[in-house]
Amino acid sequence: MTGLLSYLVFFLIQALIYALVALGLNLQWGYTGLFNIGVAGFFLVGSYTFAVLSGPAYATHLGGFGLPVAVGILGAMAMAGLIALVVGIPTLRLREDYLAIATIGIAEVLRLVALNARGLTGGSRGAQSIPRPFQGLELGNVASNLVFLVLVAALVVLVYLALETMVRSPWGRVLKAIREDEQAASSLGKDPFRFRLQSFVLGCAIMGLGGALNASFVGFVAPTDFLPILTFEIWAMLIVGGSGNNRGALLGSVLVWAFWTGTGSIAQSLLPSGLQVKGGALQVILIGAVLLLILMIRPRGLIGEERTVSREAELGGDGRT
Amino acid sequence: MLEATDLVKDFGGLRAVNRVSFKVAEGTITGLIGPNGAGKTTLFNMLAGALRPTSGRIAFQGHRIDGRPPHAIFHTGLVRTFQIPRPFAEMTVLENVMLVPLDQRGERFWNNWVRRGAVRSEERATRERARATLAFLGLERLAGEYAKNLSGGQQKLLEIARALMAEPRLILLDEPGAGVNPTLLGTIMDKIQEIHARGVSFLIIEHNMDLIAALCDPVLVMAQGGLLMEGPPDAVRRDPRVLEAYLGGAPA
Repeated sequence: MTGLLSYLVFFLIQALIYALVALGLNLQWGYTGLFNIGVAGFFLVGSYTFAVLSGPAYATHLGGFGLPVAVGILGAMAMAGLIALVVGIPTLRLREDYLAIATIGIAEVLRLVALNARGLTGGSRGAQSIPRPFQGLELGNVASNLVFLVLVAALVVLVYLALETMVRSPWGRVLKAIREDEQAASSLGKDPFRFRLQSFVLGCAIMGLGGALNASFVGFVAPTDFLPILTFEIWAMLIVGGSGNNRGALLGSVLVWAFWTGTGSIAQSLLPSGLQVKGGALQVILIGAVLLLILMIRPRGLIGEERTVSREAELGGDGRT
Repeated sequence: MLEATDLVKDFGGLRAVNRVSFKVAEGTITGLIGPNGAGKTTLFNMLAGALRPTSGRIAFQGHRIDGRPPHAIFHTGLVRTFQIPRPFAEMTVLENVMLVPLDQRGERFWNNWVRRGAVRSEERATRERARATLAFLGLERLAGEYAKNLSGGQQKLLEIARALMAEPRLILLDEPGAGVNPTLLGTIMDKIQEIHARGVSFLIIEHNMDLIAALCDPVLVMAQGGLLMEGPPDAVRRDPRVLEAYLGGAPA
């Protein structure tokens, strides 16, 4: 029973970290229509930045600043946001497909940098012994996970509330208008570039937060953690849950991660050892099939977008919310 | 109030607008007519900033606006509507309209965290104004409806409602009467006159000569990229050059 419980804690931590990332993507795609397919890259930046800022001194690569975990987390968000700014300034003025190409490119570039810039990242061997918060208390394994879960859950609530407050507003209304018709929004006095840049940078900073927490939780980062499949998983979470709805992003993250880990352990227990590797491919296919089903049956996801985005424009009755 | 001087727009080898100069005087409803392909919408797109002129200059209330982006031109009080309505389809009619007012406090995302009360009171005022604007155009019952569910004519009214929310000095209307049934056309014409009576000027592209004759003075006529003539609607109607341009004769 304790085994199951501690697995549940473990599972929830991972799911909630992905939920943060999905919330970041939802701001970009769900509300603003920004097609960011380089999620893994911004997650990577957050992970490594945290390792460098808060990790121990490494013999062969950058680190040893020993900054408090909170500072490391804020630094990770700032760095992911900064990279987003650098990517966003030249691309967000262009049509949306350019952002897609730029983000998928930057994610791969960042991964190759992580793999090859040994002095910065530890190369293929990665960075180890990344601290958790409250490490000094010498908690046991179970207690440590439990504390971590509380922390991650609190951050999810905080980010969720911050996003809801800023999106159910005139700001969110402009984002949605730009998503719907950029030219019309521009002719009504809204500068699409300014709002897109804000949405993109904030979304990426939240992805960086997810990366920092993941590095802290796992205690180890390596370039193989940031393959494009990670981006695919986050997208699947958002689409399944319902893009354009923050609660949808949360729900989708937990469900898709449950499906992902569930099919993983089923494959592990059912398949003969020779086929285990192929089981991984089957997992991806299954997720793809689920995505397809959702898109056919509930194209707006499990919890679709609400009719009205800005709070004060909500109407009783026919306004639905 | 609006002055264009020697405006030119080339698309590759094609000269869509050729050295056009005109003025729109404050307080008028100026018409802009001409056969299809005359360059009217291209001209509009330059005035509103959607297209950058190849050469020439545009001044609005004494300030140059040519080459500035659409959102910046909107800030000067010059607002356009689209020939084919462009509502924000998946947003409600009310939100389409509440979006418009300039520099809303809540458009700065941090204000929604730190100045919630101020944002909320401004939002309530915006909502009341939006409601009143929708009522003026007869759209109040549709406030909670997705804009995509409106009929073509209702979408034209929504375009006008959005323009009004900006408290503009000059509205550029691109074919307000196209594809609209006669009853609704009457409504649109009435509304244009009422808005005009409040002190807003108009520049209207239109093919419907009844609308032009009833509302517009003066009327500008374009053909083949150039400005053919300018005058009161009666004179324009009788002018042989105009007839020839419409009936496909040789360039005047």
